[in-house]
Formats: sequence, C-alpha cells, structure tokens
Amino acid sequence: MAPETLIGISLGLPLVAVVLVVLFGRMPNLRDGCSGVVAGLVFISTVWLSTTVFSGGRPQWSLGEMLPGFEIAFRVEPLGMLFALVAAGLWILTTAYAVGYMRGHHEQHQTRFFVCFAIAIFAALAAAFSANLFTLFVAYELMTISTYPLVTHHGTREACRGGRVYLGILLSTSIGLFMLAIVWTWSLAGTLDFRIGGILSEAVASGRISQTGLGILIGLFTFGIGKAALMPFHRWLPAAMVAPTPVSALLHAVAVVKVGVFSVLKICIYIFGLELLRESGVSLYLAYVAGFTLVVASLVAMTKDNLKARLAYSTIGQLAYITLGAMLATPNSVIGGGMHIAMHAVGKITLFFCAGAIYVAAHKKNISELDGLGRKMPLTFAAFLIASVSIIGLPPGGGAWSKWFLAIGTVETHQYWLTAALMVSSLLNIAYLVPIPIRAFMKSPSSSTDGETTAKSSWFSEMQEAPLLCVVPLCITAIGSVALFFAAQWIYEILLPVTESASAMMNIPGSTPGATK
Amino acid sequence: MTLETIAGLYNYWMVIFLMMTGFYIVLARKNLIKSVIGLNIFQTSVFLLYITMGKVNNGTAPIIPPAIVEAQKSAHESHAGAAAGGVAEHGAGVAEHGAGVAEHGAVVAEHGAGAAEAVHAAGDIVYSNPLPSVLMLTAIVVGIATTALALALVVRIREDYGTVDEERILELDRGE
Amino acid sequence: MIDAIDSHLAILLIVLPLMAAPICVLLGNGRAAYTLALLVSILTFACSVTMLDEALEHGVIYYDLGNWHPPYGIEYRVDVFSGFVLTFVSGIGAAVLLYAPMSVRDEIPASKHYLFYATYLLCLTGLLGMCVTGDLFNVFVFLEISSLSSYALISLGKTRRAPLAAFQYLILGSIGATFILIGIGLLYQMTGALNMDEIAARVPHEDGPRTVLVAFAFLTVGLCIKMAVFPVHTWLPNAYTYAPSVVTCFIAATSTKVSVYVFVRLIYGIISPGFAFNFLPLDTELMFFSLAGIFIASTAAIYQDNIKRMLAYSSVAQVGYMLLGISLATPTGLSGGIVHMFNHALIKGGLFMVVGCFVLRLGSVQMSDWKGAGRTMPWTATAWVIGGLGLIGVPLTAGFISKWLLLTSIFEAGWWPIAVLMLVSSLLAVVYIWRVVETLFFAEPSEAAAMATEAPLRMLIPTYLLIGGTLVFGVWTTYSAGIAHAAAIALLGEAP
Repeated sequence: MAPETLIGISLGLPLVAVVLVVLFGRMPNLRDGCSGVVAGLVFISTVWLSTTVFSGGRPQWSLGEMLPGFEIAFRVEPLGMLFALVAAGLWILTTAYAVGYMRGHHEQHQTRFFVCFAIAIFAALAAAFSANLFTLFVAYELMTISTYPLVTHHGTREACRGGRVYLGILLSTSIGLFMLAIVWTWSLAGTLDFRIGGILSEAVASGRISQTGLGILIGLFTFGIGKAALMPFHRWLPAAMVAPTPVSALLHAVAVVKVGVFSVLKICIYIFGLELLRESGVSLYLAYVAGFTLVVASLVAMTKDNLKARLAYSTIGQLAYITLGAMLATPNSVIGGGMHIAMHAVGKITLFFCAGAIYVAAHKKNISELDGLGRKMPLTFAAFLIASVSIIGLPPGGGAWSKWFLAIGTVETHQYWLTAALMVSSLLNIAYLVPIPIRAFMKSPSSSTDGETTAKSSWFSEMQEAPLLCVVPLCITAIGSVALFFAAQWIYEILLPVTESASAMMNIPGSTPGATK
Repeated sequence: MTLETIAGLYNYWMVIFLMMTGFYIVLARKNLIKSVIGLNIFQTSVFLLYITMGKVNNGTAPIIPPAIVEAQKSAHESHAGAAAGGVAEHGAGVAEHGAGVAEHGAVVAEHGAGAAEAVHAAGDIVYSNPLPSVLMLTAIVVGIATTALALALVVRIREDYGTVDEERILELDRGE
Repeated sequence: MIDAIDSHLAILLIVLPLMAAPICVLLGNGRAAYTLALLVSILTFACSVTMLDEALEHGVIYYDLGNWHPPYGIEYRVDVFSGFVLTFVSGIGAAVLLYAPMSVRDEIPASKHYLFYATYLLCLTGLLGMCVTGDLFNVFVFLEISSLSSYALISLGKTRRAPLAAFQYLILGSIGATFILIGIGLLYQMTGALNMDEIAARVPHEDGPRTVLVAFAFLTVGLCIKMAVFPVHTWLPNAYTYAPSVVTCFIAATSTKVSVYVFVRLIYGIISPGFAFNFLPLDTELMFFSLAGIFIASTAAIYQDNIKRMLAYSSVAQVGYMLLGISLATPTGLSGGIVHMFNHALIKGGLFMVVGCFVLRLGSVQMSDWKGAGRTMPWTATAWVIGGLGLIGVPLTAGFISKWLLLTSIFEAGWWPIAVLMLVSSLLAVVYIWRVVETLFFAEPSEAAAMATEAPLRMLIPTYLLIGGTLVFGVWTTYSAGIAHAAAIALLGEAP
C-alpha cells in the first residue's frame, strides 16, 4: 500500500471507531470490541507507515486548503512517526485497560467516553503527522475540546471545577499566546510549513525580527502550548486528576501532554531551526524555566499523598525535561527530548495503570494507605517499581538513555546549572517514586482485620489483583519500558536525520567559512 | 458672512432649530407620548430640509404651463413622424416588435425633452426640483407609520403598566 | 419561461414576500399563513442562491425597476457581496420559519399567528430589499420596512416589558433612520443623484465641501445605531431579551448584519475607503469603538443571568469584530469582516434557536432554571456547546475561520497590539459560554429541568441545520471565505 494512503488510513480509522462506537452504543461488548480492533488496525498501519519513514521516505498527504493559503496537510517525519507509534501502540493497551476499568467501576456514559477517546487519538495522530503549524494548531485544539468531556466524566462539582481549570488554562494559553505566535510567524515567514532548518532564518537575516523579538516569539510558543505544562501554566494537569484513571493515563502519558511537548520540539526544529536557536541563544532563558520547573515539580510531588496527584506533578517535571531538550537545541539534547517522549510515555502509563488498578482492586487513593498492599497485588507493584526505575533514569529503564542525552546536551552548551538541576531532579524522583512500592512490599498492613486473613492463607490466595484487563496492559507496558532500554540505539538512529539534516541543510547554502565553524 | 446670507439661509436655520428641538425632546422627555411628539418634530425638520433643497431660486412649481405643452405637442408629433419612419425602415427585420416600440418610445421621450428644454430656454422658465418633494411623500408615509406604531405600543404599555411615564415604568419593573 | 423568471429574479425576491404578507393577513388563519410564509421564504432563498451563482459567474446583475433606467428609475444591483448577504439572510429566514411553529404556538397568542407571519415576511422583505437595491433612498425605505416590522415583532413578546423594549428600539431606531435620511438628503444635494454608483462617480472627495463630510457623519451615526455599535447599542439587549424566541433568532442573525452590509456599501461603494480612512480618521475611530465594544459588551455578557441578554451583549461584541475587519480596508481584513457576518449569523441564529428550545421545555431564560438541563435535554445542550465553541472561535468551527482571517489581516497591517487585544477578548467569550455549559451539565437539575424532555424534532432539526452549518463552514470554506474574498476584492476594486 502506498504510504500516502496509509496516512489517510491511520487518520481515518479512529474516526471509523467513533462511528462504530456510536452505532453500537447499546451493545457494550460489540462496541468495546470495535474499539479494540480499530486500535489494533491503527497500530498496524502506523507500523507499516513507519517502515517507509524510517528508511528515509517522507510521505505527504494534503487534505486541501481550509482557508486560502492555509492548508490542512500531513507530512510524516521521524519525530512525528515515533510519536504516532507511541500513541497508537499505547491506545490499544489503554483501550483494553479502559474496558476493564470502566466495567470494573460501573461507570456511566461509556459510549461518550470511548467516542471522545477515539477523537483524542485522532487529534494526536493528526498533530503527529501535521505538515504545517496550521494543521498542528487545529489538531491541538481539537484535542483540548475532545478531552474535556473525559476529564469531567464523573459530572460532579469536583469534576466541573477540575474541568474549568483544565479548559481555562489550555484554551486561554492556546488562543491567547499560541495562536498569536502562529500568526506572527506567518507574517514573518509567509508560510507555516514545517521545514528542516526552520522558516524564520530569512526574517532574522533581513532584520524583520530582532533578537528580543525572537525570544518573545519562542516564549509565546512555549508558554502558549499549555499542554507542555511549563510553569506557571501547569495547574491544569493536577486539576485534570478528577478524571477516571484511564483518562489520566491517556492524558498524561500518551496524548495530551505528549502533543504539547511534541509541538514544542517540532516548532524548535522545523520553525526556528536548531542552528538559529543555538546561535542566537534566545531559547536559553526557557531552558532555565524548564530547569526550574523540573526541580520545583519534583519537590511538590514529594509533598503529595494522593497517588495520582503525585504522578501528575511527576509528569510536569518529566515534561520539563523534554522542553529543556528542545530549548538547548543541540542534536543530542533534541534526540534526548524526542526519546524521552517515548520513554516517559511507556513508563508513566504504567504508573497510572497501576494507580488505577490499585483503585479498582483496593479502592485506595492515598500513598499512606498502601502499606502492605504489595503482597496482595505483587504484579501491579512490581510493574510500578520497574516503571519508576525507568522514570528516574536508572538502567535498565528506558529513561536512562533519554536522560543521558539530555545531560550531554547541557554539558555541550556549558549550562552546568542545568546539568545540576537534572541530577537533583533525578534524585528527587527516587525520593518520591521508590518509597511507594517499597512501602507496599515491606511494611505490614496497617489495618488489623487485613492482617488476620493474610496470616492464615497462603501467598497465592492472598492475591487480589485488579481485573485481568487491567493487569495485563500494565505488565506489558512495564516490560516495554525495559525493552526500550535496549531499543535506544534504534530510536537514536531514527531520530538522527531530524538533527543531522538540519545542520546539513544549513551548511550547504551557507558554505562560507563562518557558517561551518 | 453677511446678514443677507444668514437671512437667505432662513429655512436651514429653521431646520436646525426644529431638528435640535425634536432631538432634545426625544432624549430628555420621560413621557412616552412626548417622546413620540419629539420624534415627529425631528422628522418634520428633515422634510423641511429636503423640500428646501429642492427649491431652485426663482423656480416655479414643476408643472409645465399649458402654452408650452402645446408647443411640445407639436414638436413631439414632428419627431414621432421622423422616428416612425426610422422604425419602418428597420421594422421588417426586427423580430421583437415590442422591443422596437419601446426603444422608439425612449427615443421620442428624449427628443421630447430636448424640445421642451429648447422651449424653456426661450421662455426662461426655471422649475424647482420635484424629486425631493416626492421623496418626502414617502418619508411622510414612513413617519406616519412610525408614529402609529409608536402610539399603538404606548397604548399597550399604558394597559400593562397604567402609566406612560418612563421613570415610573422602570420603577415598576424594578419593583417586580 | 425559465428565462423570463430568471431575468426578473431581483424583483421577485422583493415582490414575493411583500405580496405574500397581505395575503397572509387575508388568509386570517395561522396554519395557512405559516405554510405560505414558509413556501415564500424557501422560494426567496432559491432566488438568492440563483442570483449569487449568476453574480459569481457573470458579474454584477443590474435590474431596472419598471424598465426605467437610472438615473430616472430605481436600479436593483446584485453583486457577489450583496448576493452573499442575500443568500444567508434568506436562508436563515427560511430556517427560522422551519423552526418557528412550535415556539410560536408556545409564546404568541393563537389569534395573532397570521399577523406574526405577515410581519415576519415584511421584515424579510425589508432586509432583502436593503441588500438588493442600488438606490440610496430605496435603502432608507426598505430599512424602515424592516425596522417597523421588527418593532412590531418584538412587541409580541410574552412579558409586559416587550412593548417597552420595542418602544425604546423604535425611538432609537427612528432617530437612526432619520439620521440616515438626512445624510442621504445632503448627498443628494451635493450630487443630484440617488443611485449609489452615480453618487460615487459624482461625489467630490478630498477637497470636497463640508456638506459631504456632514452627510457622511449623519449616515455613519445612523447606521451605527442600526448596527448596534458599542456606545449606541443600548436598544439591543432589551429588544433581544424580551422578543419572542423566534423573533430573536431571526433579528439577531440577520438584522444587524444587513446594516453592516449597508455600512460597507457606504464606505466602499460610495465614499471611497481612501476618503473615509485616509482623509478622515474613521478607521482608528471604528477600531477604538469596536474594541471598546468587544471588551465592554463581552464583560457585560459575563455578568448576565438572563441567557438571552447574555447572547445579546455577545452580539454587540461580535459586531465589533466585523467593524474591525471593515476598518482595515485590506482584502483579507474586509473578507474577514464579511465572512464573520455570515459565520456569526449562523452561530448566533443557532444559539438563539437553542435558547428557544429550552424556553419551550423549561419556560425560562434564567440561568438558574437551566441547571442540569443537559441531562434531560442532551441534544439541545450539545447544540449549545457546539455553537458556543463557534462563538469562542475554536478550530473546526466557523468562528475560527473569521477570527483567523481577522487576525492575519491585523498582523499584515502591523497592528499587533490590536491582535493581542482581539485574542484576549475572545477569552471573555469562553467565560460566558462556559458558565452556561457548566450550569447545563454539572449543576443539580432544577425542578423544571428534571421534568423536561428533549426538544421536539421539528425544532431540533433546524437548530442542527444552523449549528451543523457552523461545523461545515468551519472546515469547508469555499462558499464562505471564498465568496467573501471575491466580494472583498470586488469592493476594493470598485472603490474610486
């Protein structure tokens, strides 16, 4: 099949899922089956597509102009492909998990839930494949809107408040800052296409935008992409915790936040161009904002007793890693950032799956109540431990590699304070993640009634794991986060063209001695 | 500006005076009926404005005097004869006879006007412009319709509130 | 036969509803009058579409009334711009009628139904006439036809405040219309012509006498009242709030847009933009008032508990966006303004229809009575969400298209502080729309809402016609932004 068609199929399938889910809304088994099958098909088609992309192809597909001069178009490049693979792959697991969770919990409005879920995935894929900023923005906003019903799924006062913060911050940053930045870019460059080497270099050379202006512009982009959760626009992430756990998993690990940081990366690479950012140094102040965010978020995470809230702050910190990578704009840091999208996605989704499984099986939300639960739910907590290792950045977790590249980036640019921030944050990660499984395995249960039953029965019969549909996905992702440790070389190689060709593109026209220093 | 020009613009001064009076009444009066009256005065000033601008110095009413009508008639006939000849020449080839006649009519009208102008020049008659007056006929009708509707609304308001004083009505509404 | 009709479309557009109105009165029966009105409105829509198509293909359509050529006779003139406005005005007119019967039965006493439909047709006539005519005095006449009938329609509201609101509108509206009349008179004095093209050709520009300036000032102020531009918008909130739901739908969607149309004609067709914007500082003034209007009216909307009033204030704000585009005098800016007329007509018409559905089922427009209605009336509430997103200007809705066009054109003109203000202002829309959304979906259901059932299909279908339109024209803009762009080019090209 032609890669162009595959783009269409990958994007169209989630919409097919929307239709099927609506049609079979009354028949839960058929409906959820459709979701699962479509998710599988999407994954297959993205994998198929990736064979072309990773071997150097750049398939394009244009849907036509939405407005004169502003096209809805898709062009697949390695970074987007990697993101799409992660999103599509984890969609299968999340669907399976969500079915287990939602049924185990007897949630209402499951049809609406799966519809919005599919739309969100569609938006994520559209953003991943987007060929220009306009398309990216449309997909970005579609994702904001489609996830709002997911966040407020319970329909309670609390959900309403959380949803208000969620939508308020994401919409106001995107309309107030992101859109402004896009139109500004358009007025400077006359185009919004993603091009290797950026589209702004000409405007800078002709003096249409000053260094300060460039700094403001990238600031508008980075803060405007509220989904990247850079402080001070991070409040929506903890607020969105009112959502059911599969949503949190989807939001925090796969779709929403990843679209944010992915957009930041893409804009740095294809709009500004790494060369331009490196030479002008305008993005460095944002790297420090990211550094600040990642330390402070880790500190806040330590104070949270609610498991999901702690994970949320952990996400804020981890996202700042990726933003940091983008802002440093060295090949290594960008690869580290891109890699961290995948590593963190797999790791964090495991953690959320675990949180959900604990809630379904034991109805516990707070960390202080988890004492001794590891004996009842060994698989869950083992997975939790493995994913934590990856998030912290210790071998054999995949996160080790991405953090390594990021650290190299800080050293390359001689920003040793940022190196220190990375190290401190990793230590803090250990401090807030590792105690959770340790507590569950080592400490004895606090309540006495539980103690009596455990004393009498054997180890195996003690097990009270969550439903199978919950446990299997989290085991798979936990294994995945280790597997990625060994796949790092592969990811490095597929991401290399993104940075290499950037410098190559910059060097060919600028073969003057000055440009090749 | 001499006294003469000021006096010469007498009508315009009246227009401005009426306009301002009417406008002030509409804005300042709280009695609904009086607002309607103010609106009427305001509109009347505009009628005056139009009619004034239609007046041409030393112009008579735009009605053609009978003597000239006679002269025009003869001129018309001669032209009609000439035009009819023209039509006869082409008439055979023209499929749409009606169109030909219409054109013919237009030609005649133009010629007629030309003849009349010639006669005017001779007779030195200046007409006032009738168009503004005609426009004002329409505007007066509109004004009447507006007034009628406004009064009908006032009647309904009075039925509902028992008063036509706007402040009192607002008080009643607040009291609800 | 078809050809014969085809060449008379311009006048058919006016004659059909104008003649149908007295027939409605003669019929004296609500149901028969409704059928006739619906038929006629659909026919006018067909006429407008045909003419728009013709104008797009063959250029401007001229039609001499009674075969009297201008300058003696009145000329009807349909170009792309007027065709576009005609199409959406008549289209929404038909859609609102489709929606009307149940709501009318609920809100207007049965004895007045046939009169309602007659007046509705008259209002439609006036609005279409303003767009179709090329004669300035004729504009005034049609303006008064539409205004007088809309005063009457508004006074049909259920509460006793409706006649008062209509009266207040009448006073301000008549002042506006009289101002327009004065302006036309002064222009006539200067040029001796009433045909717009003739006036444009003859009116002295830069070094002209003061009369032209005064005429322009009167026309501008008069039209501003009719458009409900910020400081002279005071009639609008009351009128929209107390009118019957159907009337609000129709007037909110069309009436101010047609006044904007006349204003654009005035600036671009008669007084050249060079005169208005370079010689006179009208662009900065308009920009100031439109921005002030956007902010003040949007803020006012946030504090309303009456949802109709909230939408009314939002309308005042949205007119500001249209003026913003118009005052730019660039092709993108102007087409942004024009397309926003259309998009806003769709969105606001749809939202007021949603309000009508809720009024039918809940009997109230107070926010407190709408609590939790999203659970019992999910489809209606969803329509509100979609329309609201359009109003905010979220991508994939029509509102985004116009905001995007405006934004890019403002950037082209280099007025980025205005762009920032515009973006910030659209966040105010998020606040007032989302207040309602949260009330609908998250609050504990009020008594009325708990008992309510979904709105009838006869009302939901036209509602979704317009609301769906905001989605369709948010993605596929050939026939909205495309035509608006063509219209803008034509307008700017013909400016002397």
